[in-house]
Amino acid sequence: MTEQDPLIRNANFKEVNLGLPEKVALIEAERCLQCRDPKCVAGCPVMVNIPKFIQLLSDGNLAGAAQSLLADNALPAVTGRVCPQETQCEVECIRGHKGLPVAIGYLERFVGDWARGHADEVPMPKAPPTGKKVAVIGAGPGGLTAAGELARKGHSVTIYEALHKPGGVLVYGIPEFRLPKAIVEAEVARLEQAGVKIVCNTVIGRTYTLQELRAEYDALFIANGAGLPVFMNVPGENLKGVYSANEYLTRVNLMAAYEFPRADTPVLKGQRVATVGGGNVAMDSARTAKRIGAQESIIVYRRTRKEMPARAEEIHHAEEEGIKFEFLVAPVEVIGNEKKWVTGLKCVRMQLGEPDASGRARPVVIPGSEFVIPCEVVVVAIGTRANPLLTATCPDLKLNKWGNIMVDEQGMTSLPGVFAGGDIVRGAATVILAMGDGKRAAASMDAYLRGEPVITAEAGPAVPA
Amino acid sequence: MHKIVSKAVLSPNVTRMDVEAARIAQIRQPGQFVIVHRDGAAERIPLTIADADAQAGTITLVIQAVGKSTKELVALEPGQTIADISGPLGKPTELISSGRALCIGGGVGTAVVHPIAQGLKRQGVSVLSIIGGRSKEWVIFENELRALGEVQVCTDDGSYGRKGFVTDAARDALTAGGIDIVYAVGPVPMMRAVANLTRPFGVHTIVSLNPVMVDGTGMCGGCRVEVGGQTLFACVDGPEFDGHKVDYELLMDRLTTYREFEQESSRRCDDHTCRIGLS
Ligand SMILES: Cc1cc2nc3c(=O)[nH]c(=O)nc-3n(C[C@H](O)[C@H](O)[C@H](O)COP(=O)(O)OP(=O)(O)OC[C@H]3O[C@@H](n4cnc5c(N)ncnc54)[C@H](O)[C@@H]3O)c2cc1C
Ligand SMILES: Cc1cc2nc3c(=O)[nH]c(=O)nc-3n(C[C@H](O)[C@H](O)[C@H](O)COP(=O)(O)OP(=O)(O)OC[C@H]3O[C@@H](n4cnc5c(N)ncnc54)[C@H](O)[C@@H]3O)c2cc1C
Ligand code: SF4
Ligand code: SF4
Ligand code: FES
Repeated sequence: MTEQDPLIRNANFKEVNLGLPEKVALIEAERCLQCRDPKCVAGCPVMVNIPKFIQLLSDGNLAGAAQSLLADNALPAVTGRVCPQETQCEVECIRGHKGLPVAIGYLERFVGDWARGHADEVPMPKAPPTGKKVAVIGAGPGGLTAAGELARKGHSVTIYEALHKPGGVLVYGIPEFRLPKAIVEAEVARLEQAGVKIVCNTVIGRTYTLQELRAEYDALFIANGAGLPVFMNVPGENLKGVYSANEYLTRVNLMAAYEFPRADTPVLKGQRVATVGGGNVAMDSARTAKRIGAQESIIVYRRTRKEMPARAEEIHHAEEEGIKFEFLVAPVEVIGNEKKWVTGLKCVRMQLGEPDASGRARPVVIPGSEFVIPCEVVVVAIGTRANPLLTATCPDLKLNKWGNIMVDEQGMTSLPGVFAGGDIVRGAATVILAMGDGKRAAASMDAYLRGEPVITAEAGPAVPA
Repeated sequence: MHKIVSKAVLSPNVTRMDVEAARIAQIRQPGQFVIVHRDGAAERIPLTIADADAQAGTITLVIQAVGKSTKELVALEPGQTIADISGPLGKPTELISSGRALCIGGGVGTAVVHPIAQGLKRQGVSVLSIIGGRSKEWVIFENELRALGEVQVCTDDGSYGRKGFVTDAARDALTAGGIDIVYAVGPVPMMRAVANLTRPFGVHTIVSLNPVMVDGTGMCGGCRVEVGGQTLFACVDGPEFDGHKVDYELLMDRLTTYREFEQESSRRCDDHTCRIGLS
């Protein structure tokens, strides 16, 4: 795929990957062997019929490819960009045994982008109105997918979103250079055209309680994400210059702080920025820091490159853009000056010991290895948990010990007619898993609303988080 | 979209606006606030719900014009709209159910104390309000508070009411006795002074903290404050806390984080649009 030059792109917010030209996409599509027993499909959490859409694409039937893809996956332009393909569909592709796997993600993105530009050719099918009303809480990928599916089935759908813009992490978290906001806006417009009502600035648990919504709607889907930042719990974390990744990325993405003073919201820049963590969120933060002007942007991770949970492509892009990595390092304190501004991150070095419960080698501190990484800004990207704002106002809703909502195989919570999915159920996971949950829950909700036994539909088996 | 239905200038830099927000007007409780986002490129800023008219479907915002966002808000005229208002946010005030409460308001904080006094009065609590400002023209919400109980006014220069700080009048009231609880809202140094004053009297004191906020839902952690040695998020755990346990130095320090940016914004704002509506 053509990319912006790393040393030019690390100073702008335009998309890094420029997408496949049609000719190249068609050639790539032909590489697919159309396997009888396609392993790639089994690797995809929502079992996209990969050979089918690729066949239609290589036949030059773009509308057909788009229709086929959209029937399995409501946001292909998004997942084509953000799915960890290297551990899902592509890793299973038979072509990968000898040479490179089929570039399923790139092809998915290509078809998704085409569909966005040709909305009239892929109309949203719609069933006659059922007279049932459903509400969706949270306009992230989970909520948007469920809303689309429910609308197609003829239900009247209202989405309630806390922020002033729909999209969830897709608009406040994942940066423009990786996922242009226009893609999410187009999907939202498509849903609105299909009759979905989106009500922003509405915090369920505050503006309305869950009980009030239950009284007003026939069924509910909760997809309010995992928006509670986890801090390191080390001294100095309240100094000026320490951000949670959520705050840092929200300021820059949702509030466009990189355009300050054209946009009003500021963000601290810093000559040197240290980001703690090794996932997509850490990559996004570190690459954002570079783009808003940091001379040095450093990732601090307590294991090695091999264990980093981020998408391979993001790690690779980060390296190309000049992000520095400190592996096997753990922060112990944020250091500040007499004016309480951050001046450095005190760390210790680690070595890998015995594997832990997750099977990954457990890092152990090397005694006497303390050192300081000088920096003015520290971004903490070590994870997020379930935000308790909504669940705390609804004590009947069963939660696990981490505060995540518990659901059965059909995605139903302990409250009849109330379903849930995405990060609020799984803990911080992925876009495609949230979408899979949305789709599965919509099928169960549809059955529930029709008074049929609730069955898990074509979305595939529940995937453990 | 939220239409501004009326506007009044209360003091040289404090403006009252009644804004359409029907749902919030119905259910808001004392101590709660909204996040206001004027439009596209604007900041999201927290403002207390100073009053509400459930019938008319409006909430009252009392805004002190201190920087770009607030100056641009008060420059809006009736009939114009605010794009986004979300709320009501934050925990409702912890109200006592009988006895006598002392409500202390400094500057624009007086408007924040008002819904608390309303709530107390509704509970049947007797309310003494001590409010203050630099001079007469800076005193706000006196009549509204008089409708809820006794009011004592202090001005720094003695141009109206008692000469001196609200803490002077509060000390006399505490000494006279019979105060079961104190609510104090105003500039951070004022709240700290009140907390220091009430501590030896052993009177429970609640203050309302004003850290920088973004989302107001506990998602970003930017509003973190320290209370009793614990880091809490003011937007969801507060904004009101036990005044005897708050780390005021940390709050004041964190409030200076964006000073350079604010000065830059303010300068540009004064050069352009925000002059409208300001003398
Ligand atoms: C920076 C970052 C980068 C990431 N990169 C990737 C990636 O490359 N690939 C990948 O697959 N995954 C990635 N993820 C993870 C992925 O974004 C999430 O797993 C996914 O967005 C979860 O979707 P969701 O619908 O469950 O929730 P969210 O996307 O979190 O959406 C929840 C929505 O609900 C709203 N809400 C919350 N509380 C309430 C309430 N009380 N009332 C009303 N609305 C409410 C929120 O404002 C939000 O809009 C990333 C996450 C982050 C933060
Ligand atoms: C819960 C709460 C309730 C509040 N209620 C009121 C009220 O009823 N009336 C009123 O006039 N003010 C109130 N404030 C303060 C008000 O939000 C700030 O004055 C306003 O955000 C300043 O924005 P500005 O751009 O005009 O000024 P700036 O020039 O940006 O800043 C001026 C001062 O305001 C603080 N500030 C800046 N941005 C924010 C932000 N996003 N959130 C909070 N503080 C910020 C800064 O620390 C600075 O000291 C409240 C604050 C909180 C947290
Ligand atoms: S949704 Fe993700 S995992 Fe599934 S085929 Fe598309 S890119 Fe691969
Ligand atoms: S495994 Fe690879 S080659 Fe086979 S169908 Fe899937 S994409 Fe095509
Ligand atoms: S304002 Fe973001 S957590 Fe409080």
